[in-house]
Amino acid sequence: MKISRFIKTILLLDFISGLIIAIKESFKSKKTLNYPFEKGKISPRFRGEHALRRYPNGEERCIACKLCEAVCPAQAITIESTEREDGSRKTTRYDIDMLKCIYCGLCEESCPVDAIVQGPNFEFSTETREELYYNKEKLLDNGDRWESILAANIKADNPYR
Amino acid sequence: MIENLNILINEIYKIFLLLIPILTAVAMIVWLDRRVWAFVQKRRGPNVVGPFGLFQSLADALKYIFKEIIIPASANKIIFILAPIVTMTLALVAWAVIPFSEEIVIADINVGILYLFAVSSLGVYGIIMGGWASNSKYPFLGAIRSAAQMVSYEVSIGVIIINVLLCVGSLNLTDIVLAQENLWYIVPLFPMFVIFFISALAETNRPPFDLPEAEAELVAGYQTEYSGMMYAMFWLGEYANILLMCSMGSILFLGGWLSPIDIYPFTLVPAPLWLILKILLLFILFSLVKAIVPRYRYDQLMKLGWKIFLPLSLTWVVLTASYLFYFNLLPVN
Repeated sequence: MKISRFIKTILLLDFISGLIIAIKESFKSKKTLNYPFEKGKISPRFRGEHALRRYPNGEERCIACKLCEAVCPAQAITIESTEREDGSRKTTRYDIDMLKCIYCGLCEESCPVDAIVQGPNFEFSTETREELYYNKEKLLDNGDRWESILAANIKADNPYR
Repeated sequence: MIENLNILINEIYKIFLLLIPILTAVAMIVWLDRRVWAFVQKRRGPNVVGPFGLFQSLADALKYIFKEIIIPASANKIIFILAPIVTMTLALVAWAVIPFSEEIVIADINVGILYLFAVSSLGVYGIIMGGWASNSKYPFLGAIRSAAQMVSYEVSIGVIIINVLLCVGSLNLTDIVLAQENLWYIVPLFPMFVIFFISALAETNRPPFDLPEAEAELVAGYQTEYSGMMYAMFWLGEYANILLMCSMGSILFLGGWLSPIDIYPFTLVPAPLWLILKILLLFILFSLVKAIVPRYRYDQLMKLGWKIFLPLSLTWVVLTASYLFYFNLLPVN
């Protein structure tokens, strides 16, 4: 062992310089967000909680083509449909099992009418599993609640699709 | 009869007056530990529950209380349940002899330091019992490591204590503090203080010597099979032990409750506060070490204990003794 190395070890010089760096660093500004009070920026492509959108006149966008049901790799989507009086095909049932969902975004991509979308909301944890079996009512409600952001996101992402 | 009862109630009252602040302090110290650790890593640490997150530990404790206690089917039930109780009791029992000022001490016994040393040595039993009774490989390995580690470092701590005792000439903790009125022992015995500090880290299984619970290889060491309140008791005992080691360090080397300079503004601060401040200072050093030092390999740990610390502290005993003898400074009672 070299003499200088020996002296360094005996006097714990490396340890002391590390300690000084640690104390200095601990007074610098924090690199993390104060999460529940401040949140990071989310991309318009963010794949969060699902929503079913409506046209501005209140008509549901979904035409029950079942492409999303077919493409869903986790088979989380269940759709049943009938013919309405005016001859159009509409869903009677649109369920998403959010526990099965892997948030891949394929349903959103497959949708020809931008009906099913994944919004920016990722804070929808619940206390029971049952609350995460979303039905059509819940999804439409989500759509109504987030519509302004959803529309803006789709518009922002449009040039790249 | 009534007199005896009176004495009993008086003693119980005194014990509670000590235990409740210590348990509260343990909870606060866990918060402080996490905060210091976070600050070094430029994170925020727990800051939501209560002012500055001060009540985080209370929230955690509440969570542990309401969690289910799972006892493995193949575990030795009695020892499994006894282990955390032993750990926590021994960690708290030792506080009886810690003097917070010349008057404030529950048991001012003549062999205080010996008692402290004996009780903190017994602490390893809680860990061995927990590891063995779990009947599972990781806790068992963790317990074996912990036993070997704590026994090795106790030896050097014992020899370091002999250094201090040579200068004091008494085993009474109050006498040890009063002997430092002119000069704290950290000045003449500085190398011993450094070795004591590092050995205390090993003794309380703190990083960089946290091999018994090395999460990379042993999951959580001897605590792996524990859950709920039993886990929390291990955790309370561990931090109570760390606080105990800090207070031992401040009593042996930093002049206990004595103020650093005996002049006007410093003498206004009550004596127990000085001790608490010194304990806090040592504890912050403990948590800073946790944040900056990587974990030792097991053979390095053993090498450090037996091949470096033990010879070094033994040599220092000889040096101190010969110095005191030569200059006729040996304390004679």
